[in-house]
Amino acid sequence: MPATGSPTPLLDVPAARGGCPFDPPPAYGQARHEHPVARVRLWDGTESWMLTRHEDIRTVLRDRRFSADARRAGFPFLTEGRKALTTDHPTFIRMDDPEHARLRRMLTADFMIRKVETLRPQVERLAGELLDAMTEGRHEADLVAEFALPLPSVVICVLLGVPYSEHAFFQRCSSTMLRSDASPQEVTGAQKELLDFLAELARAKRADPDDGILSRLAQEGELDDDEIASMGRLLLVAGHETTANMTALSVAALLQNPRELARMRAAGPQETEAAVEELLRYLSVVQGGVARVATEDVEVGGTLIRAGEGVLCMLNEANRDEDAFPGADELDLARPGSRRHLAFGFGVHQCLGQPLARLELRVAIPALLRRLPGLRLAVPFEELPFRHDMLVYGVHRLPVAW
Amino acid sequence: MRVHVDQDRCCGSGMCVLSAPSVFDQRDEDGIVVLLDPEPPAEVLADVRDAVAGCPALAIELAGDEERAE
Repeated sequence: MPATGSPTPLLDVPAARGGCPFDPPPAYGQARHEHPVARVRLWDGTESWMLTRHEDIRTVLRDRRFSADARRAGFPFLTEGRKALTTDHPTFIRMDDPEHARLRRMLTADFMIRKVETLRPQVERLAGELLDAMTEGRHEADLVAEFALPLPSVVICVLLGVPYSEHAFFQRCSSTMLRSDASPQEVTGAQKELLDFLAELARAKRADPDDGILSRLAQEGELDDDEIASMGRLLLVAGHETTANMTALSVAALLQNPRELARMRAAGPQETEAAVEELLRYLSVVQGGVARVATEDVEVGGTLIRAGEGVLCMLNEANRDEDAFPGADELDLARPGSRRHLAFGFGVHQCLGQPLARLELRVAIPALLRRLPGLRLAVPFEELPFRHDMLVYGVHRLPVAW
Repeated sequence: MRVHVDQDRCCGSGMCVLSAPSVFDQRDEDGIVVLLDPEPPAEVLADVRDAVAGCPALAIELAGDEERAE
């Protein structure tokens, strides 16, 4: 492995997945063994570094010499649409401290563990209602459309104070924004539609306040309507796409692993918590890599990364690093220490909503399995439409029967 | 052992509360770390090390710990 300089790019990213749809692209695993700090080529021919080791990614994402500001020269963009999206109305996930901390702290109280835990009865009731509606007089359904997606969607709408009746509209916007092959015009158009809708909502909340986050931000008066809309856009998209896909993909993985499915069904509350961490580790739905740019020369894993060079941190591959998780390619719901996974990222930008995601997964998966003891796929596994084309991995549809 | 937290660095992820709930909590108003027990008993040492290693903001320090978790 060369210690410095810019050797020939090892591969093009994002790379394709291989035979097992739950595993990260095989090229990332190969890079982790042979070139853990690898030079890679992006869609526009620019180059970046790619990190795949658990320890290296933890180090970089906690090092403030790596910036999350997408407006800095050298910042690596995964797709053309992503470039358009992250530079247009950047939210605090694309800022560094102190600006990032100032904005994030306006929301941390809403998503802290103790606060989120008070939502449990509501989330349990909602899961029950969705399962009632899905199973009434039927023995087959698309689990994504009828359970995995509406559950987190309704919850984030309630938290924000966004009417759920508009869900078809914002789900369409958010799925365009997260499609890897969307053009810059498509993503900025979808983003603008969503921002206009949320800014209008923020304006309405100033006059007629409620308990939601948008209303509170409007009342606090520190942000203008456009800034509130940007923040709302971030929470709305992040709040339902990720958990929805984690839920559906978890069910698909469990149905393919009868031993783990039996363990999940038998799990008490503590085992359920551990099992959800293992599913987060094993499935790691954020595909493509967390992007940073070095602001100084920094040595990572023996390789010099120069100021102005981009770095992509492949969270899904880091979560398969045997040095951190022995037997990492196996789904083992009783694995000790799976909570050290990086599925929510790491560093000060680590997922703000992770307590909510954990609560939703801990409620949704057991509720589904309890209700439907005979749950099975309604199509052959090979026919499941995996989301290779989306920034958040999962399945587009999950036809199940019971 | 003595635990220090840096509330300015903290990003309110709550990872420390998951690791060592008898030692760390979060402020109601903004989720920022609150140190419940600056000199926790030896039986929670492993959990506190876990919290130090897992803190995304490097906001927790453990003084007088020979076997560093990092």
